[in-house]
Amino acid sequence: MGVPDMDELSFTDSQLHYYVKDALKSAIQGDCDFYNQLVAVMHRKERLSAADVALLVTCLKALTGAVSCIDISHHKSLLAAILRMSLWDYGTDVMDALTDALESLASSNGEHVNLCLEMLVSNFVPPSAYFEKHRGPSKKSEVLDRVHSTLIDIANVVPLSPMILEKLVRDKMPHVYVKEQPIVMYVESMLRLESGAMGELVGSMALIVLMDKLIELDVEIAWKDILEDDFQKDVFDFELEDLAGPADNFNQENKDYTREASMQRFCTGNHAEKLDSLMVLTFEHLQCCYETGRLVQVFEILLQSFRITVLTAYKSKFAQFVMFYACSLDPENCGKLFADALADIFVNGVHPEWRMSAVAYLASYLARAKFLPIPLIATMLERVVDWCSKYCKNRGSDINPKAHKVFYAGCQATMYVLCFRMKQMLALPRLKSQLKLMQIDDILGHPLKPLQVCLPSIVDEFLRQVKENRVCFLPERLADQDFLESEHSTVFGGIEKQGMFFPFDPILLANCDRYIRPNYVYWSMVRSSYDEEGTSDEDVADAYDREDGMSIPDEEESDADEFIPGFEKMSITPRDSSHRFGGRMPSKIRPSMSPESL
Amino acid sequence: MAGLEECEANLVVFLHPSKANCASDAILSELSSLLFTYNETFGGVVLAYDPSIRSNLAKIVPGTFPCFGVQLKAKLLLFNPKPDMVLEGEVVKLTPNSIHAVVLGFSSAVIADDDIRDEFKHKVKGGEEVYVSRTHRKHKIKVGAILRFTVKSFDEEILHISGSLLAPHTGGARWLDKNTDEWSRADSTATKRNTDKLLINGDTSMKNDEQIEKPKKRRRQQS
Repeated sequence: MGVPDMDELSFTDSQLHYYVKDALKSAIQGDCDFYNQLVAVMHRKERLSAADVALLVTCLKALTGAVSCIDISHHKSLLAAILRMSLWDYGTDVMDALTDALESLASSNGEHVNLCLEMLVSNFVPPSAYFEKHRGPSKKSEVLDRVHSTLIDIANVVPLSPMILEKLVRDKMPHVYVKEQPIVMYVESMLRLESGAMGELVGSMALIVLMDKLIELDVEIAWKDILEDDFQKDVFDFELEDLAGPADNFNQENKDYTREASMQRFCTGNHAEKLDSLMVLTFEHLQCCYETGRLVQVFEILLQSFRITVLTAYKSKFAQFVMFYACSLDPENCGKLFADALADIFVNGVHPEWRMSAVAYLASYLARAKFLPIPLIATMLERVVDWCSKYCKNRGSDINPKAHKVFYAGCQATMYVLCFRMKQMLALPRLKSQLKLMQIDDILGHPLKPLQVCLPSIVDEFLRQVKENRVCFLPERLADQDFLESEHSTVFGGIEKQGMFFPFDPILLANCDRYIRPNYVYWSMVRSSYDEEGTSDEDVADAYDREDGMSIPDEEESDADEFIPGFEKMSITPRDSSHRFGGRMPSKIRPSMSPESL
Repeated sequence: MAGLEECEANLVVFLHPSKANCASDAILSELSSLLFTYNETFGGVVLAYDPSIRSNLAKIVPGTFPCFGVQLKAKLLLFNPKPDMVLEGEVVKLTPNSIHAVVLGFSSAVIADDDIRDEFKHKVKGGEEVYVSRTHRKHKIKVGAILRFTVKSFDEEILHISGSLLAPHTGGARWLDKNTDEWSRADSTATKRNTDKLLINGDTSMKNDEQIEKPKKRRRQQS
C-alpha cells in the first residue's frame, strides 16, 4: 500500500485507524514515511486553522485506538511529540482528544504510565508564555478540570498509579526561586488532589510538601528585614499605636517606621509575597475542609508536619499561622489538640531547644487565640506551672540561665500568658481559685530566681498587672525595684536568644492578616481593658471583642492591600535597650531589692 | 486462583538503633515497604505478610552506626502470574480496541483487540459499552463483570498484566461457569492434542494450590 499524504487525502475514521496502525507497525520494520508525517502533525502548535485542528484531533483519536501497537523504543519520537504537548496551548477539542490518548496510553502498557502521569503533572502549570498573554480564567478551569479527571480515570484503570503520582507530585514541586504564579498554581492543583477522589492516597503527601514549602519560604525571609535598628520599643509597647502622649523614647522621625512603613518595606520582598499567597491558599483550603467535615483529619497531618518541620525550624516567622487559622475554625477539636500537643512536648519532650520552642508556641498561642475558652487556657497554664513546680521543688541551687533554661522558659511562658489573660481569669471565681492553687508565687520566688532571668519587659508588665489587679497570691514588686536587663536575662536562651520568641505575634503578611484578625487578641485590647475606668467584667469581655481594641479611624476603605492599620507590628525581640544608656549597661545600675526579699 | 502462593521465609530485619524501643512497629513498617512490589528473592509480588518474631534477642551488627538484626519467620502471600495462567479480574473499562480489568484490586490487566477472539463483538447498548459473543447471545462482558483471561505477559515493575481472550475457556466468568459444556464442546472441535494440553494445564494449577504449606525458602533480608 502506498503512503498516503496526510494533507491531501481525506479518510474515514476507520481508514485512518487502519493507516495509523499500519504506520506504527511499519516503523518498527524501518519504513517510517507515514510515521514521520504523523509525528509532524503532533508538532503543529501555532496558529492552527480549523482544518489543522480537525486533523490533529483525528490523528489523536486514531492513535488512541492503536495504542497497543505503540512500542516505547521504536516510537520514541512520536511519544516525545505527544508528551511534549501542553493542554494550555490548544482548544477544548484537542484537549479532549489528547487526554483520551494519554489515558489510553497509560492503561495499555505499564511502561507508559510514568510518562503519562509526568506529562499531566507538568500541566498543573502553564508554559511561561501563558502569563504574558493574560488569558482568561476559563482556560485555567478547562485545562485543570481535564487534567484532574484524567488522573482519576487513570487511577481507576491502573490502581497503583497513585503511588507513582505521589512521588511525581512531590518531586516536581517548583523551587522557591520560581515566580509566584507558577508556584501558586501548582499548589492549587496539589490541594485539589488532596480534596479529590485520590485524597486518601496522595493527600497527606500534598499537605506535608506544602508545609515544607512554606517553611522553606519562611526561612528565606531574613529576620533583619523585620527588625528595625531604630526601634526602641519593648515587647508590649511595640504593638501600641502611636499614642498621643508618652511612648518612651519615641522621636518624631521614628514615626515613619511604625505601621505601614514596616509592612510595606517588608512585603515587597519576593518571598514574602509568595508566602502570603500560598498561605491564603492554604487558609481557603482549610475552610473548605472544615465545611466538608474533614478538618480534624487534615489537622492531624498538619500537626505531624508541624512537630517535625515548623517546631524545629529556627524561629519560624509566619508558617505557624496555618495552625492558628485551622484552630480558629474548630476550637473545640483542633484548638484543643494543638494546645495539648504543645504542652506534651514541653512536659515530656527530650530535646531542650524544642521544649523551649514548644512552650514559646504555647504561650503565644494561649495569649493570642481569641477563640480559646478561658477555662481551657487556665488548664493548659496549669500543666506548665505544674511542671515548673515539680522541677524546682527539690532543687535548691542558684540562678543559672543555661542549666535551667527549660524551667526559665516555662516561667516566662506563664508570665506572658498572664499578661494577656490575667484580668479575664480573675473575673471568673472558679478560675481565680484555680490560679491561686497553682502557687505561681512559690515558683517565681524560688532561689533559681526566674524573675531575674526572664525578659525584663515581661516581668515588668506581669508585676505591674499583679499590682493593678491587687492579686494577693502573685508576687509583688517592691516600690523601687526595677527589672533591667541583667546579664542573666541576656544569657537566657543562649546565643540564639530562644528566650525572645513569640511565634504568634501579629502577622506581617497583608493578605493573611485579614483571615487572622477576627480571631486575634491584640495587646491594645488588653491595655484598653485596664485604661478604662471602672472596668467591670463585661467591659473586660467587650475590650477583647472589639476588633481592634481601640477606636482608630476606620482605615479599611483605603487600599487594604498595602496598608494595614495599626496593630500588626511584630513585637518580637525587644531592642537591646542598653544603648538607651549609651553603652553596655552594667548588670546592676542601681541598688535594688533582690527577689529573695519578696 | 492461579498465580497466588504462600511461602514461609526466614528473614533478618536490620533496624536503626533509634527504633530500639519500638522494634515491633519498626519491623512491621519494614515489612510493609515490601508490599505491592515485585521481589526477585521471593519470586513474586508480596501481597500480605504474617510475621512471628522468634526471640527478644537481637544481634548488634557493627558498622558506620551499629544496627541490630532481628530474626523472624514470616508467612508471605505472593502473586506471580506466569504466561498461560488463567486469571480473573473485574472489568473496569471497555473500548472498541481493548478491555481493561483489575486483578485482586491492585493489578491492572489489559487485553488488546488483537487478543480478543473474533467471537466477541463490541457493541454500545443503551449508552453502555459491552462485548457480546456472536455465537452465544447471553455471553456478555460488561463493566463490573468478572473476566477470565489467560496471561500473556506480566510487567514486574508496574505490576501490569497483558492478557488474552483467544482461548475458548476465557470470557465472562459467570457464563463460563454456568455453561461449561458449551465451551468445552466448542473446544472438542479442535484437535485432540489441544484438549489434552488443556487438561494437563488444569492439573498443574491444582497442584500449585495443594503445595501451599510445603515450600520453605530460606532468605536473608537486608534492610
